Amino acid sequence: MKLGLFPGCSLEGSSREYLESLTAIAPKLGLELTEVPDWNCCGATAAHSLNAKLALALPARNLALAERAGITDLLVPCSACYARLMATHEELDRDEERKREIADIIELPLQAGPKIVSILDVLSTDGVAGRVSRPFAHRVACYYGCYLTRPPKLSTLARTEDPREMDDLVRAAGAEPVAWAFKTECCGAGLSITRTDLVAELAGRVLDDAERRGAEAIVVACPMCHTNLDLRRDAIDAHRGRRSRLPVLYLTQLIGLALGLDERALGLHRHHVPVRFRPDPQPTVAQEI
Amino acid sequence: MSRIGVFICHCGENIGATVDTAAVAAASADLPGVVHSVDYKYMCSDPGQNLIKDAIREKKLSGVVVAACSPRMHEPTFRRACQEVGLNPYLCEMANLREHCSWVHEQGEATTEKAADLVRVMVEKVKRNRPLYPINVPITKTALVLGGGIAGIQAALDIAGAGHRVILVEREASIGGHMAQLSETFPTLDCSQCILTPRMVEVAQHPNITLYTYSELERVEGFIGNFRAVIRKKARSVDESACTGCGACIQKCPTKKIPSEFNADLGPRTAIYVPFPQAVPNKPVIDRDHCTYYRTGKCKVCEKFCPANAIRFDQEDLLVEVEVGAIVVTTGYQVAGAAEFGEYGYGEYPDVITGLQFERLASASGPTQGVIRRPSDGKVPETVVFIACAGSRDAARGRDYCSKICCMYTAKHAMLYRHKVHEGNAYVFYMDIRAGGKMYEEFVRRAIEQDRVRYVRGRVSRIFERDGKLVVKGTDTLLAGRPVEIQADLVVLATAMIPQPDAETFAQKLKISYDEDRFLSEAHPKLRPVEMNTAGIYVAGACQAPKDIPETVAQASGAAAKVSGLFSKDELSREPVVAVVNRCAPPDFSTCVGCFLCESACPYQAIEHEEIRARDGSAIKTVAKVNQGVCQGCGTCVALCRSKSIDLQGFTNEQVFSEIVIL
Repeated sequence: MKLGLFPGCSLEGSSREYLESLTAIAPKLGLELTEVPDWNCCGATAAHSLNAKLALALPARNLALAERAGITDLLVPCSACYARLMATHEELDRDEERKREIADIIELPLQAGPKIVSILDVLSTDGVAGRVSRPFAHRVACYYGCYLTRPPKLSTLARTEDPREMDDLVRAAGAEPVAWAFKTECCGAGLSITRTDLVAELAGRVLDDAERRGAEAIVVACPMCHTNLDLRRDAIDAHRGRRSRLPVLYLTQLIGLALGLDERALGLHRHHVPVRFRPDPQPTVAQEI
Repeated sequence: MSRIGVFICHCGENIGATVDTAAVAAASADLPGVVHSVDYKYMCSDPGQNLIKDAIREKKLSGVVVAACSPRMHEPTFRRACQEVGLNPYLCEMANLREHCSWVHEQGEATTEKAADLVRVMVEKVKRNRPLYPINVPITKTALVLGGGIAGIQAALDIAGAGHRVILVEREASIGGHMAQLSETFPTLDCSQCILTPRMVEVAQHPNITLYTYSELERVEGFIGNFRAVIRKKARSVDESACTGCGACIQKCPTKKIPSEFNADLGPRTAIYVPFPQAVPNKPVIDRDHCTYYRTGKCKVCEKFCPANAIRFDQEDLLVEVEVGAIVVTTGYQVAGAAEFGEYGYGEYPDVITGLQFERLASASGPTQGVIRRPSDGKVPETVVFIACAGSRDAARGRDYCSKICCMYTAKHAMLYRHKVHEGNAYVFYMDIRAGGKMYEEFVRRAIEQDRVRYVRGRVSRIFERDGKLVVKGTDTLLAGRPVEIQADLVVLATAMIPQPDAETFAQKLKISYDEDRFLSEAHPKLRPVEMNTAGIYVAGACQAPKDIPETVAQASGAAAKVSGLFSKDELSREPVVAVVNRCAPPDFSTCVGCFLCESACPYQAIEHEEIRARDGSAIKTVAKVNQGVCQGCGTCVALCRSKSIDLQGFTNEQVFSEIVIL
């Protein structure tokens, strides 16, 4: 399957292991990725909280470039970028006049634009299950965060309040997804830098529930979720007054491990909370509970 | 040659101060066909009417134009005056010089000119008026009431009490509807069953009421006063006349774990069952989908133990045809289930229940005998959270409407819980408290002030289970706007009132209209609240819109009064302002080409098919025919007819065009 790829800034910076693991598993799963040439920032939270036109123009330029490069399906692994591109695509689809106005601003022709797909849309349980060589036999909590599920009108997931798609994928990779209540709760998102204290509290609650349900790892599909749960672990620990070593994996890393790929190729060494699994799986439930 | 009389009214100063009425009368006198033209101060007064009567007699008038107020006001008055002296009332027309002229213009020449124009137009119309006669339709004085909840019961009793026959059809095995399921009723806290069951018995015993339970409307045709309906009596598998209602079959039935619909799935029932002990009629039915005999061919335990030999495994559905003059639709509502709320657990937490389920928990006849016990483990909950507006006023769920009863019953639930569990904590999450109604606001205040129910203004975003508790996450939007988290043992969702699942097909069967939410649409939201657009069909209760018991009963009595009014005469007399399809000489017979565009456009289903036959009986053509009993004279068919074959009596194309041309 040929796919365009919009990496976004995170996958080239703080979350490069997401891109590393994605490019590592892609050939194994028959995915051929072509990066959008000369792509730019998706606008993130900053653009749409400041200027409505800018918030449309930035993603629209990426759509136009992808279209020009002949890309029909565009994979956007970062959930935040995915949400921005989806929202732009939907609004321009709905409003022809707006589309012409934006096309004028970006000085590029824009027709229907490529179909935008998330990492959950593109991975299939059959595709994964058929290629597993070392089943990832651990209990994991699948954390979807907000951008894959909101707004429900744009989401491609079947049950936006309690999604199942990632759970099905990790099960195909040999893992046991736990039933938990924080699948789509807020991790603190962009407040990571300005209000680390709030992130510590919000991400701490997510971590709490995952631990309570006996998860050995949290699986994510969003760089922001990963940053707040992994990179901000010290702040979470300080807020909760205890140390937690529950690792946070990208979905692509988990699948990579199940496919028998090398830990280094999957970028596991880049995490702040070390990723170690005992050969004999035991719950890493925090002692205090 | 027309002999038209024109009568200009001053209406005191209303017209007289603005319009030069004498000038209008003089101008009108010169119009071709006008033989008499006068003005007078009050034309509607006795001397005024006499002016008209005398002129008709003396000048042998063939038509009358009264130039005065709106026809809404006095057309019946002047038409009656004409009739009294032998002129067909439909040869009298009004020109509206008041609302259409003097009230909306300044005094002046132009105003007088306009008044003269209005008269001129109407004279031109009246020249083309034909005598019309009221349409008389015979009336079958039996009412068909569809739905045996409190609305249907009230309507049936009122109509029967007025001396007319009633056929009451109920889909379930017993009448009573949702009201029979309720515990106590707001704002008086009187027991629902105690006030309802005597009325159910009254229905069963009333000599004027024929009751069909476990039955549904199959089809209906006809029109006001003359409907023919077919009722499907579903096979009960029990001979009702033989059964004594002893209940032996129910005790012995080995299939005991079917979720009871009456108990909102909170308790079990058997395969042969009566919905509840006070059912009317107190005769069981066999649920063939669950019965062991119907599923496997073996069992027949009920038959063995029935002392009256009343079990009939081979019973079949029976179709009963009835003739009725009016239909009252009282088909009621359903409540939305908890499964539509993903954020509250998709109905997967047994202790997240609907308001109707809480009614059963609080009811003395319920699965817990009125003790509040949570479904999961039967424990008495220490903390209960009630969530109002669950699925109502929620555009994201496709329901913009307010379910209206939830504010009140939630207050009642919280109050009942606090009365039964003194140490318990009751929380209510709400958007607004809508307590309009007699003693309603006082009732809510009582819940808050006396019974210490804690009201939190805000929405609940999520419910999840943690350590055996239901964690309810929401916001308190008053004052601080802070997030709140409550550890609850039981959560009650005041889920939306929704139409019956088959509301659409049912409405189509009756050819009545419904709105975008699938509630039935009354003829006028204010002035005709119990009538449907289709003449002879009436509506009451929550099938029309969410409403509580007092409102439902009031509407049912209103519908019954309308039916009784209809039945008070032997024949129905209607204004002859209806559409007619033209007829002409052979070989055409009619210019109608039988496209039946009119049939699909008619909002009242008044268009029928008529075969025109030769003398030997062979069909020549099929044309449209307007059922004069059903037609409301809206004129939609006239506007749409491609061959100009339909005309509205009293407003024919010829009349209307002549009014325009003369200007």
